[in-house]
Amino acid sequence: MRFVDEFRDAGTARALAARIAANCEPGRRYAFMEVCGGHTHTIYKHGLEDYLPETVSLVHGPGCPVCVIPMGRVDDAIAIASRPGVIMTSFGDMMRVPGSQGSFLDAKADGADIRMVYSPLDALKIARANPDRQVVFMAIGFETTAPSTAMTVLRAQAEGIQNFSVFCNHVTIIPAIRAILDSPDLRLDGFIGPGHVSTVIGCRPYEFIARHYAKPLVCAGFEPLDILQSVHMLLQQLVDGRCEVENQYARVVPWDGNPLALTAIDQVMTLRPHFEWRGLGFISQSALRVRDSYAAFDAERVFDVPGVRVADPKACQCGEVLKGVLKPWECKVFGTACTPETPIGTCMVSSEGACAAYYNFGRFTRQRISEATAV
Amino acid sequence: MTIGQTRDAEQQVLLRIERVRRRGPRLIESHITLPHGAGGKASRALVEHVFLDAFGNRVLAELGDAAAVTVDGARLAITTDSFVVSPLFFPGGDIGELAVNGTVNDLAVSGARPLYLSVGLILEEGFPIADVRRIAASMASAAAQAGVQIVTGDTKVVQRGKADGCYINTTGVGWLDRPHRMVASAVRPGDVVLVSGPIGDHGITILLARGELDIDADLASDTAPLHAATAALLDAAPGVRVMRDATRGGVATVLNEIAEAAQVAVVVDEAAVPVRPAVTGACELLGIDPLYVACEGRFVAIVDPTDVEAGLAALRAAPFGEGATVIGEVRADPPALVLARTAFGGTRIVDTLVGDPLPRIC
Repeated sequence: MRFVDEFRDAGTARALAARIAANCEPGRRYAFMEVCGGHTHTIYKHGLEDYLPETVSLVHGPGCPVCVIPMGRVDDAIAIASRPGVIMTSFGDMMRVPGSQGSFLDAKADGADIRMVYSPLDALKIARANPDRQVVFMAIGFETTAPSTAMTVLRAQAEGIQNFSVFCNHVTIIPAIRAILDSPDLRLDGFIGPGHVSTVIGCRPYEFIARHYAKPLVCAGFEPLDILQSVHMLLQQLVDGRCEVENQYARVVPWDGNPLALTAIDQVMTLRPHFEWRGLGFISQSALRVRDSYAAFDAERVFDVPGVRVADPKACQCGEVLKGVLKPWECKVFGTACTPETPIGTCMVSSEGACAAYYNFGRFTRQRISEATAV
Repeated sequence: MTIGQTRDAEQQVLLRIERVRRRGPRLIESHITLPHGAGGKASRALVEHVFLDAFGNRVLAELGDAAAVTVDGARLAITTDSFVVSPLFFPGGDIGELAVNGTVNDLAVSGARPLYLSVGLILEEGFPIADVRRIAASMASAAAQAGVQIVTGDTKVVQRGKADGCYINTTGVGWLDRPHRMVASAVRPGDVVLVSGPIGDHGITILLARGELDIDADLASDTAPLHAATAALLDAAPGVRVMRDATRGGVATVLNEIAEAAQVAVVVDEAAVPVRPAVTGACELLGIDPLYVACEGRFVAIVDPTDVEAGLAALRAAPFGEGATVIGEVRADPPALVLARTAFGGTRIVDTLVGDPLPRIC
């Protein structure tokens, strides 16, 4: 298939793998964090680690939108969804995310009207079709999805739709990366930068990572060859003694981002003073809320939201996994008490979650799989 | 830790997980949720912890596509299936044709010659009679094509809003007229995995037919009767260990069931799996793996390696088997696991899903 197959070519991958191996200093171990859950998914789905030397490890970062939603926000959303007359709409990924009393799927089975949508505009369509109901969109995600939420609010306002609101859980990527860089127990050699987020914010916001924290970052695309090439670019920087922000995904990511999208976000949303991240705790200036001028579209103001804070389950070590301190299999409950069927932590829910990706695709040591599949 | 120590520690954790997995899925929910009907792990938990507990007997415990029973020396296959597809009419077929073919295929892949069907209809008050006629006509023509007779039926009507138009249940009886007995546990290392044609057409067609995605593609459901293709394969290849139609949960789910029953590893060559470009495209856009997308006219067969050539030739000459091809092989280790060699040249696990990414496709 055009624009897909050429980014998955095994021959090119082998050539890149040889260059990666050649750039590794003997005896040195390397750890690169892929910030974005989409990268985690690609890495496991295509078996990309098979191309990396054992001394190069990829550490999964916090950029999985579903994984960072704290239990309290799920409970709040279910409280809204359970009110008479409300239709809650959500991306499919959210459906299984556990709150303290169960997930959207459980609430749906209990009678709440919760519908899966593929875009916030679909939620608006439902609002138009059901003028006597209140339609709420569960907005999640980083700067990647925030513009479409903002555009939907603007559209709703332009059309004078009065039964639509957004339960805003949008978060921003830079504070999360900073939290990881400030975490004392992590040793990283560089970052594979989040390509989709960067289509909106560009590459410039990452410059402090190279300048102040002396870590290289390569903004990467989502096909397996994109990621392999990014690993090569990071290693090349280390070999050359450089420390820069580079853009591997230039076919999509402009250095300065997408001004229209940024303007839309800024018009509709503003930074919250602080926001709780699942497993990471409260991070200041790390999330967005709907601006006062659009209060009529803010579910937190349209409804009485309990706003209860629920502590993460004790056994769950999602925070350590999200920060890359623990590999998924190092979590105490991984694969035994916490599985995709009965997730305790959010990382086990989304296909972009490090634990779910590892459990579903990678749950054997590379050595054993390569022995088992040898031609 | 050194790399070697890390690898050992990881291996210990993974072995512990395998022990937990062997206990099978747990049923912890207090209510039925959509995944319980999706054919994945949640469905399995419900069947094992409610229905096997309640009805448990030797025949049921086989959990095949059809049950094999013996009446006065005659070996019969019985199977039943309910159809709740939405929309009722879609490119390439409708709920009626699906209801006949689905049950015919469960008999066919069990090695039976399909003979008789029953039909139970649950209709919603207000449903157009013209649509009932249309569905009945398509059931009649599907039955004629499959060489089965619809010999008994039942109709119930529920109040408006208590059902979604029309649901259909069909039960089928077939004759196991071959001496050949097929069970998944007979699969052994060295066997070869065949699929009868391109996968995922039905699931993606239904998804697009709902019109929620604003994606258009030149695609039609693959719904078809498979009795002629399965018979041709069995005639040509006595070493067929087992056949399964790849409906809910797709080829991946079928292969996982087989890997588990036989305690073998199934290794799939992703590049060899036939998928139409339109299906690949839709799957890429939606983040779905075609291996999990339902088919309604495709089956998987595990065949003794010496029979592969003859089996493939016979399948390709049979109706609805033209696209048959080899997609992988069976290995001894690791047991109960499906692995893929990715087209990219890496490897990964292909696990059973908890639920189905696309509800109400059949």
